[in-house]
Amino acid sequence: MKAAITLHEKRCKGCGICAAFCPRRVYDIKPGEKVTVARPEDCIACRMCEFRCPDLALEVTKL
Amino acid sequence: MYTYNDYIKEEKLPHIWCAGCGNGIVLNALLHALADMQIPPEEVVIVTGSGCLARLVTYPNTSTIKMLHGRVLAGATGIKLANPNLKVFCLMGDGDGATIGGNHLIHCARRNIDVTAIICNNFNYGMTGGQYSATTPYGAITTTSRYGLVEENFNMAELVKACGAPYVARCSATDVLNLRKYIIEATQKKGFGFIEVLSACVTHYGKNNKMGDAPNMMRQIDSMCVPAARAKNMTEEELAGKYITGKLVDRNDLIDFGTSYQRLREEVTAK
Ligand SMILES: Cc1ncc(C[n+]2csc(CCOP(=O)(O)OP(=O)(O)O)c2C)c(N)n1
Ligand code: SF4
Ligand code: SF4
Repeated sequence: MKAAITLHEKRCKGCGICAAFCPRRVYDIKPGEKVTVARPEDCIACRMCEFRCPDLALEVTKL
Repeated sequence: MYTYNDYIKEEKLPHIWCAGCGNGIVLNALLHALADMQIPPEEVVIVTGSGCLARLVTYPNTSTIKMLHGRVLAGATGIKLANPNLKVFCLMGDGDGATIGGNHLIHCARRNIDVTAIICNNFNYGMTGGQYSATTPYGAITTTSRYGLVEENFNMAELVKACGAPYVARCSATDVLNLRKYIIEATQKKGFGFIEVLSACVTHYGKNNKMGDAPNMMRQIDSMCVPAARAKNMTEEELAGKYITGKLVDRNDLIDFGTSYQRLREEVTAK
């Protein structure tokens, strides 16, 4: 594991931005649902999802 | 040592904005930039006006104030001149900052007031239901232009540049690392620092113009952006409907209003 991902589920509105822009496809999302951190082991800790999430729902810590 | 968490009221989240709204990305970038610069939260004043973006005042753990619609820069001018030690951030929608507040924008840039101004351009009035603003592109569908807009829009970055601002940058909301860098540079510039963020109102502008879901809309906005270096080699036709992005102005030859005024005061009182 290169990173620890914290998802504040209460804040997530399921916009899909993290899933769409993640270069390693770490997230899964179904229409109308919140995101799931499906493949945390693939995360390279670029933190782009953390900065792009409009709901401040993600925190990525490099391990 | 301040951390990101020192600048945010976490207990206020989730925020009120729609899923996929670019306003949250701008809030996030601002808070990260404040932590990067290590400005004590009590020395930060965040000024907004009216609109969805203006609701941003709820979330930072700093001083915040909401002005009348369009009067963000007028209020910020007063705050900065009354206490030049404060770092003043003006966050505006395109309606607030460039349409009803357009007059304040040009004069604040011309007078070179030492504040950081960020306009989150989502191409419409989000809060009141998606009416067109002075930045809505020609032909766009909005609540008040059902068959397409017949007005040309402001090129805000060029407008502010022409008014003499010493720092002007533009980027899309997804260009998060540059956005954060521009906020820092605009803040460190002694004088008017201006950033235009091309952003998404998924609920109104996106729906009206069939731009799809939030990721799709963000991608379309990204595709309208042309970095300044690349734009140099493009024709006017090729640049039609595009937004030139990057750091567009970075000058050190201009004196800000506060400094000039202070100098004059010292000269006059010394006599
Ligand atoms: C003097 C005045 N006129 C009109 C309004 C109504 N009003 C509230 S928000 C708004 C538009 C906001 O649009 P924008 O600044 O683009 O922000 P957004 O909602 O898109 O973030 C208007 C016209 C008002 N509050 N005050
Ligand atoms: S970007 Fe944020 S709000 Fe959007 S789906 Fe991902 S975690 Fe949820
Ligand atoms: S109406 Fe538009 S600008 Fe307002 S919160 Fe929703 S997406 Fe954002």
